[in-house]
Formats: sequence, C-alpha cells, structure tokens
Amino acid sequence: MAGAVIAFLVYALAVSMATNANFGWGTVRQYMTDPSILRGLQLTLELTAAAMVIGVALGVLLAVMRLSPNPLVAGSAWVYIWFFRGTPVLVQILFWNYIGALYPHISIGIPLGPQFTQVNVQALITPFIAGTLALGLNEGAYMAEIVRAGILSVDEGQTEAAQALGMRRLLTMRRIVLPQAMRVIIPPTGNETISMLKTSSLVAFIALGDLLYSAQVIYARTYQTIQLLIVASLWYLICTTVLSIGQYFIERHYARGTRGRQKAMQDFWLNMTDLKPFAGFRR
Amino acid sequence: MTPMVKAEGVHKRFGRLEVLKGISLEVQPGQVMCILGPSGSGKTTFIRCINHLEQINAGRLWVDGELVGYRQVGDTLHELPDRAVAQQRTQIGMVFQRFNLFGHMTALENVVEAPLRVKRTRKDLAVGSARELLRRVGLEEKCDSYPYQLSGGQQQRVAIARALAMNPKLMLFDEPTSALDPELVGEVLEVMRGLAEIGMTMVVVTHEIGFAREVGDVAVFMDDGVVVESGDPQQVLVDPREARTKEFLSKVL
Repeated sequence: MAGAVIAFLVYALAVSMATNANFGWGTVRQYMTDPSILRGLQLTLELTAAAMVIGVALGVLLAVMRLSPNPLVAGSAWVYIWFFRGTPVLVQILFWNYIGALYPHISIGIPLGPQFTQVNVQALITPFIAGTLALGLNEGAYMAEIVRAGILSVDEGQTEAAQALGMRRLLTMRRIVLPQAMRVIIPPTGNETISMLKTSSLVAFIALGDLLYSAQVIYARTYQTIQLLIVASLWYLICTTVLSIGQYFIERHYARGTRGRQKAMQDFWLNMTDLKPFAGFRR
Repeated sequence: MTPMVKAEGVHKRFGRLEVLKGISLEVQPGQVMCILGPSGSGKTTFIRCINHLEQINAGRLWVDGELVGYRQVGDTLHELPDRAVAQQRTQIGMVFQRFNLFGHMTALENVVEAPLRVKRTRKDLAVGSARELLRRVGLEEKCDSYPYQLSGGQQQRVAIARALAMNPKLMLFDEPTSALDPELVGEVLEVMRGLAEIGMTMVVVTHEIGFAREVGDVAVFMDDGVVVESGDPQQVLVDPREARTKEFLSKVL
C-alpha cells in the first residue's frame, strides 16, 4: 500500500517536472556547462578542499590537546571549541572578511618591543582567504569532537600495550590509536565534507564567486532564477554523490584488520541514500 | 647481586580505596616469580606498578637497581617525564590478560613495530628477528594474519613475541591465560615454560597452580593488598602456613 502511494507521488512529480514549462530544462542544460558556472564550481571545490584540510588538521590537533594530561593544553582546546561552535559560521565568514578593519596591519615581533616585519592585512585577507579561514577554523571545532570520539573508541589496552613497549605518547597516538580511530572518524568526516560543500555557499555573502554566487550573478542579469538555482543544485548533487562513493572506498581501506568490511558496504548504502528509515527498501 | 625487581613498602590507592598496603619483595635475575591470590587482592595492580602503568603513592620500586617512574631528590620522589619512563619500559616486557595486539597490524607488524619505531632497528634486521621470534612461539606461518584471524592462544603467543622483540631483561605476565578457552591454555604456558628454561626473569600473575608449582622459583600469595605468604612453590602451594592461603587453595584446587 505504502509502495503504491509512493509510486504514484513519484509519477505525479515526474509528470509535473516534465510538463511544467517554468522549469525551463533547456535553459538548465545550457547553463550547466556555462564557463562562469564551471569557474564557480571549481572555486566551491577548492574552498571545500582547503577548508576540510584545515579542519581535519586542526581537529586532530585539538582532539589530542583535549586529551592531554596538561590542564592548560586541554583547557585551551576546550575554549577554542566553545568559541567556534558557539557562533554562527556566517558571522565568522563576515568577521574574517572585515578583519582588516580590526587589525589593518599585523607586525611580527615582540609586543611593545622590536618589530621584524609588517603585513598589510587588507591586502592579505582576500575574500577567498577569509572564506577558507572562516570555514576551516569553524570546521576544526567540529572535527575535534569527531576525532576525540574516535580516539576514545579505541580500547585503552592498545595504548597500554604501546606504552609497555616503550612507545611515547605522541608516537602511540600516531601509530596505534589514530589509525584504529579512523574507522570511527571517517564516516562522520565524509558527512562533514558533504556538509562543507553545501555550507561553503555562504561565501556568496562576501561576494566570493563560488557556484551559488555565480548562479546568482547570472540570474540577476537574466531573471532565470529557478533555472539557475536548479543548475547549482544539480552540480551540488553530482559532487556530493561523487564524495559518497569516495567515502566508501576510504572506509573499506580502514576496515583492514576487522570483520567489518561487509558493515562498511551497508553503511555506504545508508550514506548514499542518507535516508535511514528507507533502508529496509533494499531487501 | 642486584635484584631484578625490588619492591619496598609499595602503596597504591584508587581514590579512597587502598589497593596495595605495603608490598615488599625481591625477584633475583633468572627467577620466575608467580603471584597468586583471589581477585581484588591487588596482584594485577602490583605487576602494573613494576613498569609504571600505575603510579605508586608510597614506597620504592626498583628494576635492575633503577627506580621505576621516579627520581629521588632528597627524600621525595618526582615522577619522570614521558620520555624517561618510556626508555625504562623498553627493558621490561609485558603480556596482558586481553592480549592487546594492535588490531590494524598483522602478527609480523605487531612484532616489528616497537623495534622499528622505538629502537630504530634497521628494517631487515627487525623483520628477520621478528620472524625468528614468531617461529619460536610456533606461528611462523601466521606472520601475515591479522589478530582477528587468530585464536586467543595464538594471539597471546604473538603478544609474547612482541614483548620479546624489545629484548627485555624482565618479563611481566598479567594473567596471561585467564581470557583463554581451556584447551588453548597449554600452548601459552608451554611458550612461557620455554622462556623460563632459557633463564628469562619473569613475574607472573596467574591462577595456574600447576604452572606455578612446576615452573616457578618463588610463589607469592597476596590477599587484600598485602603479601600473605611467599617462598618455595612446593611449600606455599602444597603445604601453606597461613590459613588464608589454605582457604584459597582449597577453593581453586
């Protein structure tokens, strides 16, 4: 019964999309490969990649810091996460964009002492740098919690065995704990990357020419708003699909040494659909 | 001769619970000491103090004449930094109840990891001696197996080879056969017996009375954080003096 209802709704939607001329599929097809859309897509991908690289590196650093026995080290990581998770990422993007108003120049040297070199912040912080920094620093706070959960998922006995062999704290973390934490870290990191791809569209607010902004620029001129939003959406969908497939192969790699390979396959399909209630459909 | 392990009044508390209430004992080089006792008696905590996996609250603990985990300034102990403790642990092998093999590494990778990364042994040498160690514990054909592909007994033998790869002067065994199915206990004890025969100094926390009697040079019976009785296994485990030892033996035998 439920199946029949869904089939009917899908059919109705398909007919509507095919017959409603307002969709303007011809225009959509034309703009899919428009040079400025493709440039926007490239910038979105670059921004996502750069922000995730910063986010993951910072996340690992912060997670290890939070688990440090030194309270000052652990506390400063906590404060960082508190701040960057506690403010909207859009505000952070705007803030970094206008950082030049707060600090027109940065001097490298000793505060109130001799200065070695001076940097003009307004020239240094381009919208792309501002967007990358804002998204990356914000992502670091979220990745820190993901990495920390991964580290805590590894049995304490692994650390003890490494210590008993004379391995030091950071070596143990790098060689023994983190590789095994990856199985727990990768799936949410994949989701974070997909999420970042979409969140990066917020840089349209600082007039950075990403995928969404490029579409906006065109429809501001041609008034083909719906068609260009569809163009942007289709590109976002294509990218997230490719990312999901990549995530599957990375997860399979880190399932090494476990019985979990079949599990990784199941998780792949769950992530692909991202609709857990419908998981039963495949049986 | 310097004792391999010397404990003097070792105290350990977890919060308000006093787990070790002044342990003093000595293990001579080449000796096998078996520590027995009911669960909760502090025997596992004590063996973990020997390589500083647990800090001690009072007393002194030396391995081969060197204070473990601390340096003494005047009358007070200061905990050593991570680097120095790690250095001390390279000389003390440890085998755990739950094996704790590195799950993402094959048997061979488990054994070569510490020699390569800690001692910075050349790779071909490390791999060569790892293969030799795995052959000695009867697992040369399992070099490329991951821990989950091995039985408990095989995992524990890899764990012994892994500890031996650092060429330790002392081996600690924390209930090495307690997590094993009964039919797999023998193969692990056999490897340990072989180690004892070539003169390895060993401290073994165990419930295997038979092993303690046949292989042990000294048996120690602990209960409630103190050493109740220690001495020749033939005496302590066959004809104990203390009532608590007798009661324990009557339950496990």
